[in-house]
Order: sequence, then structure tokens, then C-alpha cells
Amino acid sequence: MRATSFPAAVAVVLASIASEAAASPVAPAGASSCTGCHAASPGVDTPIPRIAGRSAAETVAQMQGFKTGQRKGTVMDRLAKGYSDAEIQAIAEWYAQQK
Amino acid sequence: MKALSRREFLASTTVAAAVGLSAPALAQGAPRVVVVGGGFGGASAARALKQADPRIAVTLVETSRTFTACPFSNLVIGGLRELSAQQFGYDRVAAGGVEVVFATATGVDARARRVTLDSGAGLDFDRLVLSPGIDIRWNALPGYDEAAAEKMPHAWRAGPQTALLRRQLEAMEDGGVVVMAAPANPFRCPPGPYERASLIAHYLKTKKPKSKLILLDAKDQFSKQRLFQNAWKELYPDHLEWVSLSNGGKVTGVDASTMTLSTDFGSHKAAVANVIPPQKAGRIAEVAGVADQTGWCPIDPVTFESKLVPNIHVLGDATIAGGMPKSAFTANAQAKICAAATAKLVAGEQPEQPKLINTCYSVAAPDYGITVAGVYQPVNGVLTEVQGSGGVSPIDAPRSARAEEALYAAGWFNTITGEVFG
Ligand SMILES: Cc1cc2nc3c(=O)[nH]c(=O)nc-3n(C[C@H](O)[C@H](O)[C@H](O)COP(=O)(O)OP(=O)(O)OC[C@H]3O[C@@H](n4cnc5c(N)ncnc54)[C@H](O)[C@@H]3O)c2cc1C
Ligand code: HEC
Repeated sequence: MRATSFPAAVAVVLASIASEAAASPVAPAGASSCTGCHAASPGVDTPIPRIAGRSAAETVAQMQGFKTGQRKGTVMDRLAKGYSDAEIQAIAEWYAQQK
Repeated sequence: MKALSRREFLASTTVAAAVGLSAPALAQGAPRVVVVGGGFGGASAARALKQADPRIAVTLVETSRTFTACPFSNLVIGGLRELSAQQFGYDRVAAGGVEVVFATATGVDARARRVTLDSGAGLDFDRLVLSPGIDIRWNALPGYDEAAAEKMPHAWRAGPQTALLRRQLEAMEDGGVVVMAAPANPFRCPPGPYERASLIAHYLKTKKPKSKLILLDAKDQFSKQRLFQNAWKELYPDHLEWVSLSNGGKVTGVDASTMTLSTDFGSHKAAVANVIPPQKAGRIAEVAGVADQTGWCPIDPVTFESKLVPNIHVLGDATIAGGMPKSAFTANAQAKICAAATAKLVAGEQPEQPKLINTCYSVAAPDYGITVAGVYQPVNGVLTEVQGSGGVSPIDAPRSARAEEALYAAGWFNTITGEVFG
């Protein structure tokens, strides 16, 4: 961030942009499709398990189970195979921050 | 984030110049994005844009105050669900800070960056997002025009057409022949005709057992084919007959006055006819110059910006999206990627490489669900399925798994409509 070289008013704007970004509800690229089935916000009537707010380690373990075929699912085994370990980690961390 | 004061606007304009942001985006202060079409793609995009950056002024233009969802509308036709369960309003979208304008966009001046509405008003934009869904190619199937659709409904845009087809089935005498016509590729919702055939057959089997459905197809292959055909053999052996292209299934013309569908092999007289006609991107895409000679819109798979006209993005059914089928799931997934990319572009930043999912649930009976799923990413500029992932539900899965997928299908509908409208 180059804010320090700008006048104060500009720095304020940039700082507020930066803090907005930190609290941003925007999902990492891979995660934005997951919310089509696993809602980011609560209150949806569905038997699809809720994963928002779950620890990243747990989500990673479950995704790895689907990816390696250890765990069977109706659809998750087919989907998890499309993601790299790094993507799974980033998505799991994002979901852990959602409530 | 609070609304920016005028001083902060000026400051942010200075920043824009200093860090080389695109001048037009910030010239008027807040960047302005207009979204046309408040369906699965457009409403999702408008909301996601506002979430990505609340400073963006987002205007959503939609013809109708009530959106009627197509997914699950085949259950309505089969008498298993009410049309009201398909309907959604825009109050929550507006409450999130999106300005919702109920009007039809009739013109786009890409150079002046202005959309005109049927009300005569104009909306200026820095970037435009079009998610207009489909239009019917009237008369592409000889005899099938708007008047014919009142007798032989397509029900391929949900609403009065859906209700009409259901009423016709309910009014039909037991013993009647229902004829469906399915189009050649590409068209909205590849598994949709086969889900519909299943649920009409379910209705006939349970309510009009002497009746029968003939599904005339302009194709030899279709989505989830083996799964559907197994379900039909098991559930509807006496009520559903599929006629492939090779067996004379291609409908070459219809006559609504005699309720007749013609093929090269002969003609079929129907008590009830459901004609799913050839389609193209919604009309505004053509008007804006983003549709090519196929009638659909080529896009960049990272930003969903049109390959034909800069600063206009296209989503959902209207697009040529590589391997991604035309589905509500796809439109919603693309919308979130497009919104994130557009927010970056108006801020002068680089969009991320996207990864998207599509999953189409179909129900062959109320307790019989099947899926096709895929994970996609751009490869050489085309959205391509990630190798080793995706595919259809296992062909040999037990009935308990089909029942589970039917429940998940309903859960998916609630989740996605909650994200788009809730
Ligand atoms: C029978 C059937 C079953 C289906 N089942 C499923 C399913 O189970 N799962 C699934 O994922 N998909 C399903 N689909 C597909 C799904 O409905 C579409 O893929 C999805 O609606 C596409 O979203 P869209 O945003 O492109 O278009 P739409 O959702 O159709 O939205 C377009 C909107 O734009 C508005 N509009 C158009 N032009 C203008 C204009 N000029 N000015 C203002 N407003 C305008 C329209 O009024 C409309 O509200 C089904 C479709 C059918 C027909
Ligand atoms: C088409 C709907 C759908 C999509 C899209 C989807 N999931 Fe799932 N998910 C399910 C279903 C259904 C289950 C239950 C297991 C099964 O049947 O496959 C599940 C289970 C899970 C579980 C295990 C939860 C538990 O408590 O057992 C995790 C973790 C998960 N999904 C993560 C994800 C992530 C991450 C994504 C995006 C990359 C994603 N899902 C996309 C439908 C979906």
C-alpha cells in the first residue's frame, strides 16, 4: 500500500478501502460456487450440511476424504476432485470466517 | 462502508489518477454498473457487486416485479408443486443497496455507455452486465409462433405458460396422447425436457393411467441419458416413449389448429402438446451487439466481458460458455465471478483466475433425484471441465441414493433462491 505518500484525506480513503477488503464477504474464486449449495448465511431450509463457521481443518479433512475417494457422497466426491490442495485450503479458511 | 462524502469522492478521484485507475469508472465519483435482467444471473450479479464493493452504484433493470423460477417448474406441471412456490420479489435485493428499476431495457449505446428503457429514461454506466436469459426463435420451427404457443405451450419461460400446460394436462381425458418436442443443442437447461417428460409420465401414471407421453427429440443423445432411460424403464415403462432423431424424432413443423406435430417419418396428433422450440440469447443481447451469428454471446471466461463489445459483460443462458451448460446454477456461479472481476476492473485491479461449478439436479419422480456435476476453469480462453472431476450420478446407485438426491435437489433450490432473492 502506497498510502503514506498521499495527503491525509487520501490516506483515510485508502485505509477505509483496505479495511473493507479485510472484512470483505467476497469468497475466493473457488468458493463462490460452493455457496450455491452450502449457504454462506444461515436460515436456509436444506438437508445439505452447513459448513459455514466450521473449522478450516475439519473442512479440509472432509474435502480430502471426498477427493481421495475415502469418503463417498452423492455429489461431493465428483466435485472435490476438481480442486487442488491449495484451493481447498483457501476455501476452507473462507468458510471458517462465515457465520 | 458509509457513503463517501463529496470530499472523499474528490480524494478518491485523485487516488484514481495517481494509481492509474480507469478514468471513466471514477469520473462521476462512484463507478456505475447497470445490470439488465433480474433472473438467476442478473440478480446474483447485482447483489454480489454490491457486496464486493459497496461504493459501486448498482442498478438492476428487470421487466417484471415478480420473478418466476424455471427450476422445479416441471414439478408444477406434474401437479406436485404450486406455481407460487416458484415466485420471488426484489425487496431484499433492494434492501441490500441495489437500485431496482422495473422497466424493460430497449436500447444500448455502447459508445456513450447508456442504456435506454421502455419508459424513455436512460441509465449511464461505466460497465454493463446483461443476463437476459433466452428468447424463443419464433417460426424457426415452421408453424410455431406466439399464437401457436397459446395452444401448444412451450413453458420454457416459467409463468403463465407453466400454468397453461398444467391446466391442459388436468383437463385432458384419460387415454389422451401427450406429445413433447425437444430441440437440438444448444438450449436452456439440457436435462430439462427429460425431467419434464418424467414428471408428466408420473402424472399420467398416477392420475390418467390409460394415457401416454411421446417425446419427439431432435437429438440422438441427451444429458444424463442413461440415468433417465433407466428411470423410465423402472418407473414409466407403459407411459413414456422417447423417439430419437434417428428414429424420426425431429419435429419439422407444427399445426396448432389441428394439434399436429410433423416429422420426416409421419405426423403425431396430440391431445396436449408441449413444444420446446429453438432459442437464442434474450433480445437485448442482439440490440447491444454482443450476440454473434449463432444468436448467442461469446465472452471472456475470466471477466465475462463480451468478446464483441468492450465494457459489456454477459452471463447465464445468453452466453457461449464452453463446457458450462445453460442452467440456473451456472448463471449464479458465473454472476459471482463476473461481479468479483467487474469490481476489480472498475478499481483498476487485475481479476483473479476463476474456478466454477455447475450442478444440475433433475427429479425423475418425487423421490428419484439424479445429477450431472462439473468443475470448470478457463483453458486457452474457453471454460473447460477440470480433468478427473465431475460426471453424473453413479448408474448403479441404490434407490436410497436417488431418494437422497431428490431431497438435496429441494435443498439446492432453497439455497440458491435464498442467495439470489432471500
Ligand atoms: C423447465 C425448466 C427447468 C429448469 N430446471 C433447472 C434446474 O433444475 N437447475 C438449474 O440450474 N437450471 C434449471 N433451468 C435453467 C434455468 O432456468 C436457466 O438456466 C436460468 O434461469 C438462467 O438464468 P439467466 O439469468 O440467464 O436468465 P433468467 O433467469 O431467465 O433471467 C432473465 C431475466 O431477465 C429479464 N429480462 C430479459 N430481457 C430484459 C430487458 N431487456 N429488460 C429488463 N429485463 C429483462 C427477464 O424478465 C428475466 O427475469 C431450467 C429451465 C427450464 C425451462
Ligand atoms: C451441488 C451441490 C453442492 C455443491 C456445489 C457443493 N456441495 Fe459440498 N456437499 C453437498 C452435499 C449434498 C453434501 C453431502 C455429501 C454428499 O452427498 O455428497 C456435501 C458435503 C460437503 C462437506 C461435508 C460436510 C459434512 O458435514 O459431512 C463439505 C466439507 C463440503 N460439502 C464442502 C464443499 C465445498 C468446499 C464446495 C465447493 C468447492 C462444495 N461443498 C460444493 C452438496 C454440494
